[in-house]
Amino acid sequence: MITLSHYLALGAILFIIGMFGVLTRRNAIGILMSIELMLNAVNLNFVAFSRYLPPGALTGQVFAIFVITVAAAEAAVGLAIVLGLFRNFRTVNVDEINLMKW
Amino acid sequence: MAADYAYVGLFLLVGILFVVFTIEVLSRLLRPSRPNPEKLSTYECGERPIGGSWIQFHVRYYLYALVYIVFAVETVFLFPWAVAFHRLGFFAFIEMMIFIAILLVGLAYAWKKGALEWV
Amino acid sequence: MSIELPVFYFLAAITIGAALIVVLGRNIVHCAFSLVLAFFGVAGLYVLLDAEFLAAVQVLIYVGGITILLLFAIMLTSRASGPGVRILNEQLGLSALIAGGLFFLLIYALWKGIPALAIKVPTQANVPTIGRVLMTSYVLPFEVASVLLLAALVGALILARKEKD
Repeated sequence: MITLSHYLALGAILFIIGMFGVLTRRNAIGILMSIELMLNAVNLNFVAFSRYLPPGALTGQVFAIFVITVAAAEAAVGLAIVLGLFRNFRTVNVDEINLMKW
Repeated sequence: MAADYAYVGLFLLVGILFVVFTIEVLSRLLRPSRPNPEKLSTYECGERPIGGSWIQFHVRYYLYALVYIVFAVETVFLFPWAVAFHRLGFFAFIEMMIFIAILLVGLAYAWKKGALEWV
Repeated sequence: MSIELPVFYFLAAITIGAALIVVLGRNIVHCAFSLVLAFFGVAGLYVLLDAEFLAAVQVLIYVGGITILLLFAIMLTSRASGPGVRILNEQLGLSALIAGGLFFLLIYALWKGIPALAIKVPTQANVPTIGRVLMTSYVLPFEVASVLLLAALVGALILARKEKD
């Protein structure tokens, strides 16, 4: 039998992998990919909760749709920012973009 | 309900395995392998290839994908609305018209700024 | 019934393996395609959770939209990183420590706090229910979502276009 805990454990593993990617990738596009992984983990948790917990009115699925909407907007704007950075710095490695660091 | 999708998954699996087996296993066993530099070069309509295959795309590809993704998300909201429409009544119609009107502003902006033009 | 558990483990293995390639892969294009595989794995898990509409949305938006955006952005910016180029920054050890710590915290909370629920709640037909809930309980978030999309479209257009034209 698959229990709720199976899905939650999988969501935790996916989230951790995504978080590790956000913290360590140098390529800004790789960071955005890792963020998408984290959002997917959260969505998986939402859907699993709405499947296993009452009242079963699909609230979790509706939330997941909103999260996907936000993810689409985030990817569009985030990648546009990356393109702008590349145009100005000729690199997409976030540790080389250090104009405002000290 | 998910049991019906077992067949879909089965077909998917068999389809993938069929292609992988044919291309990666069967054809590797049957085909002769006599490579030379001329054969291994990138095919460019019979011409001698110029430069690498990794070329710089123009930004207008990105703009098209951008407009596409916004209206794909609109479809995601339109579809359940259309399915549930006969039980929802006039108020839902007004709601969706507001939603579409707001997104039409974005389309008009993109159009006016020339993001839809292929120059 | 008994087939569900192996299917779950199969999909989970695909998703986790693909996610690891996304995070650790050297060639960013391979990472993007691996991300597609991870999205498909999650879509399969949605089907297993009786959320077919969400699985279709996952494929439409993530695989059809976001990955295409990512690939265009890759084509517009970087070349494939060679063998000598570092893909991870110097915070590697610290990040692994934080990620591992959070992982054990989450698993501990899961082990202590969540009962092993195995019985699924009886569910309604997917799409009509989502449509009804969207149009009644969540009208305001629904309309705000359109404003968000408008802002994202306009903002991304301004950012992505060249300054001169």
